[in-house]
This record gives sequence, C-alpha cells and structure tokens, in this order.
Amino acid sequence: MTRFALILALAAPLPVLAGEIGPHAVTYDEYGAIEEPLTDRPGDPEAGVVVMTTRGDGNCIACHRVAALEEYPFHGEVGPPLDGVAAYRSAAELRGIVANAKQMFPGTVMPAFYKSEGFTRPGDGFTGEAATEPLPPLLTAQQIEDVVAFLMTLTE
Amino acid sequence: MTTRTVAALALAGLLAAPAWAEDAEERLLVNDEIEITLRAPAPEHLDGALPEIVSGWVYRSPETQDLQRDDFDNPGILYVDQAREVWNAALGSEGKSCASCHDDPESMRGVRPVYPKWDEAKGELQSLEMQINECLTDQMGAEAWGWDSDDMKNMTALLASVSRGMPIDVAIDGPVQDIWERGREMYYTRYGQLELSCASCHEQNYGNLIRADHLSQGHTNGFPVYRFSTTALVSQHNRFRGCIRDTRAETFAIGSDDLLALELYVASRGNGLSVEGPAVRH
Ligand code: HEC
Ligand code: HEC
Ligand code: HEC
Repeated sequence: MTRFALILALAAPLPVLAGEIGPHAVTYDEYGAIEEPLTDRPGDPEAGVVVMTTRGDGNCIACHRVAALEEYPFHGEVGPPLDGVAAYRSAAELRGIVANAKQMFPGTVMPAFYKSEGFTRPGDGFTGEAATEPLPPLLTAQQIEDVVAFLMTLTE
Repeated sequence: MTTRTVAALALAGLLAAPAWAEDAEERLLVNDEIEITLRAPAPEHLDGALPEIVSGWVYRSPETQDLQRDDFDNPGILYVDQAREVWNAALGSEGKSCASCHDDPESMRGVRPVYPKWDEAKGELQSLEMQINECLTDQMGAEAWGWDSDDMKNMTALLASVSRGMPIDVAIDGPVQDIWERGREMYYTRYGQLELSCASCHEQNYGNLIRADHLSQGHTNGFPVYRFSTTALVSQHNRFRGCIRDTRAETFAIGSDDLLALELYVASRGNGLSVEGPAVRH
C-alpha cells in the first residue's frame, strides 16, 4: 500500500506521467472500449480493491454490489452487480466503461472516471467551491488499470 | 419515551398480526389523528416521469419512521415549541409580536402547502422565509432573520406543523411559470464532476440503495426536517446545497434565486403529498 500511496502523491502535481495516456489522448472504439492500456505498468488488482471501496476514489460499491468485496460494507443498487463481469466483458471494454461509461451507455448515471473537462459547474472535490478546468480526473491512469485488473478477476 | 407511547407500542406489539402488519407499516397517523398521504398520483406536469409520488418517510428505517408518529417522540417538535414562544414575543421597534396581527399559529393552517408563492405587491416569488422576513422588517420594525438561522428554521417548522396532513399545492403557472421552468431545467442538469442531476438519483433510482442510503424521490413536503446527522433542523436550501455539493459541483447560495426556482419546482413534484414538517430523517 505504501507504494500505491507514493504513486498517488507523485501523480497529483503531474497530471500525465511519462508512459501514460492522458484523458485527452484516449481513443475509444465505436463501442466505447479502450484497447490500449493507459499505462506501461500492469494493473494491480489489490490496489484496484482500494479504489473500488474508497469514498474519495472510485467508490464503485456505492452503486454496485460485488460479492468478492463483501467484507466492505454498504453496497449500492444504482448499477448492476459486477459479479462475473469478466466472463462477458473484455479488459478493453472494462477499461472503456471505467474511463467513461457514457461512451458505451449514452446518458448513463455512472460517472466518467477519466475525464477532465466539459462539466457543468465543476467543484473543488466535495467542498462546494468552484474549480477551474481541466480538473484532475477522478482516477489516475494507473488507478483505472488497477480497477480493470481487479474486475478481470470477477470471472464468476 | 412517554408513558403514552410506551403503552401505544405495547398495544401495537400485542395486536400486530401478520395480516395487517404490512399495511400498518405503510401508514402514518401522527398523534393518532393526522393522516399523512404517503403515496399520491403523480401531478400531470410530470408527464409520466414518475408512476406515483411517494413521501420520503416510506424509505426510512422503521426506527426513524416511528419517531414521526407522535409529537412526544419527534425531536423536531422541540423547535416548534421554541417558535411558539417567539410567536408571542414582541420583537422590533413597533413592539409587536406575530400574534398581534395573526392570532395563534393555528391561524396559519393552509399557508405552508402553497409556498413558495407569488407575492403580487412585491412582484416576486416568495418562500416562507422571505414572507416571514417581510413581516419582521416591514410590519414589526425588526431585523430580518438569516435564511438558515435557528429562529427562521424554528418558525418554518411551526408553520409546517400547523398544516400537517394538508396536501402540498403550489401554483406553477401565471407569473411563476418562467421560474418554475428554470427550476425544472436545474432538476435535470447533470452538475459537477460526477455529472449527476437530481433526477439521476431521485427520479431514476428512488428505492435503490446508494451506498448505505435508501434513495427517496427527494420531496420537500417534510421540510424543515430534523436530521440525526446534524441533530438540528435542516432547511430545503441547505438540503439542496448538500445534494449538489455531493456531485462534486460548485453549489448555489442559500436564499439565491436559483435555489428558490429549484424549491418551487421540487415542491410542485410533490403536489398531493401531505405537509409533514418537521419530518424526521437520519
Ligand atoms: C453513481 C453510480 C455509479 C458509480 C459510482 C459507478 N457505477 Fe458502474 N454503472 C452504473 C450504472 C447505472 C451502470 C449501468 C450502465 C447503464 O446505464 O446501462 C454501470 C455499469 C457498469 C459496468 C458495466 C456492467 C455490465 O454489465 O456491462 C461496469 C463494469 C461498471 N459499471 C464498473 C464500475 C466501476 C469499476 C466503478 C468505480 C470505478 C463504477 N462502476 C462506479 C453506476 C455507477
Ligand atoms: C403588524 C402586523 C403583522 C405582524 C406583527 C406580522 N405579520 Fe405576518 N402578515 C401581515 C400581513 C398584513 C400579511 C399579508 C400581506 C403580506 O403578504 O405581507 C402577513 C402575512 C404573513 C404570512 C403569509 C400568509 C399567507 O397567507 O400567505 C406569514 C407566513 C406571516 N405573515 C408570518 C408572520 C410571522 C412569523 C410573524 C412574526 C415574526 C408575523 N407574520 C408578524 C402582518 C403582520
Ligand atoms: C448522488 C445522488 C443524489 C443526487 C444527485 C441528489 N440527491 Fe438528494 N438526496 C440524496 C440522498 C442519498 C438523500 C437522503 C435519502 C433520500 O431521502 O433520498 C437525499 C435527500 C434529498 C432530499 C430530502 C428528502 C426527504 O424526504 O427528506 C431532498 C429534498 C433532495 N434530496 C433533493 C435533491 C435535489 C433537488 C437534487 C438536485 C439538485 C438532489 N437531491 C440530488 C442523494 C442525491
């Protein structure tokens, strides 16, 4: 976890690290999938769990039930359960969904986690104060890869 | 807990037969006399966006629900009682109290359901807060109260309490139509970095859990509400601000024209539900 924290700290002042594809440079295919990983470093599923369950990060379980994350309380019902999602979705699809689900599901309630501008009244985190675009995306490129790596473990 | 409620609870326990337990759960009869309409037909102006409108009370836990059944248990009533004292106190340079012109607070029955309301003389849409301040400054020679001050929240709670059980019935046409449309536009705007509108949660997902919270339709018929999280009364604008802030957005100011427009629109979505304030929420 210290390694993970260190990367977060490093990532903050530098929106795009060497070997990373920034939010603007991402290419979605016609179905909203992203073929190319956003970083050189393979995703770490354990770090993905932290992102999925932490309120200030992905907070995915606020909207999704995930049986494999049962030990973390309070799973929501706004999105579908993610159990077995890797059995019917490829890594490229999952990467696209996590980066910007609106590419695959137009109008979806699911937030775009790798997007830095084009918001209405963007705020500075949860302070309620105004923020100026471009904003740091909700998740870093590495965090997206970590989440995708975790989702790929959900085969049943 | 009072002996009266203990007795009532004991009785309920004894009589609770499975056959009507479910219906009993869904019923809110305040103080054994005020019937609250928990579900009503959706107003026509919603154009079928909701199959029916449902009070936020329905989505709360049984423990929280029970606190609204009797004024002895409702923590919000403490503030209503404080407002009753202020109602009778002379305030400002004219030496007048609210009671000097309005008799007892019960004379205000029927006021809360129609607010916010167009004020002909001033040519503006007024919330209850604005109308109260108008009386304070123009009629009593007193200082206006802050929108979110204790005095103000207590007084709006008192005014709500005397209208409990009456259907919300705000007007949306005539001079307020433009403001109402502005409110509707806000309701469907996906604010903030999370790009969520009021509708994303309260229209598309009511009944679903979001994290530990059971989403309601986000009606305002229970306001001001008593919240355990803050152990205080919460105004409508404060609640709106919190919901907008949680989308990682820049919020709007309490008392702003924007939130007033939203207040009118949200109130109109609840036309037909009962005034419940002060309702109890977590
Ligand atoms: C505000 C609620 C919300 C949050 C937070 C959220 N999602 Fe979603 N998610 C949804 C909804 C709603 C859908 C369904 C897509 C649609 O609109 O059809 C969805 C769909 C998905 C899907 C597609 C499932 C399938 O069957 O194809 C995946 C995968 C997914 N989300 C992963 C995540 C991950 C990972 C996170 C956290 C980084 C996350 N979601 C956060 C609401 C949310
Ligand atoms: C000097 C007399 C006077 C006093 C004192 C006074 N008011 Fe009023 N009030 C009025 C008049 C006149 C109106 C109706 C005209 C208007 O809209 O202002 C009114 C209207 C109202 C209304 C709106 C009623 C409706 O049908 O829409 C409310 C609510 C109200 N007053 C509350 C209060 C409160 C609370 C106080 C004490 C803080 C107070 N008033 C003190 C004269 C008074
Ligand atoms: C991310 C989801 C979300 C969004 C977006 C959202 N809210 Fe809420 N809101 C909640 C939650 C959670 C609660 C507390 C549980 C409940 O009553 O739904 C709540 C409660 C409320 C309540 C209190 C209901 C009651 O009965 O006490 C009102 C009113 C409300 N919201 C209005 C709004 C308005 C207006 C907007 C748009 C500006 C909005 N909300 C946007 C999640 C949201």
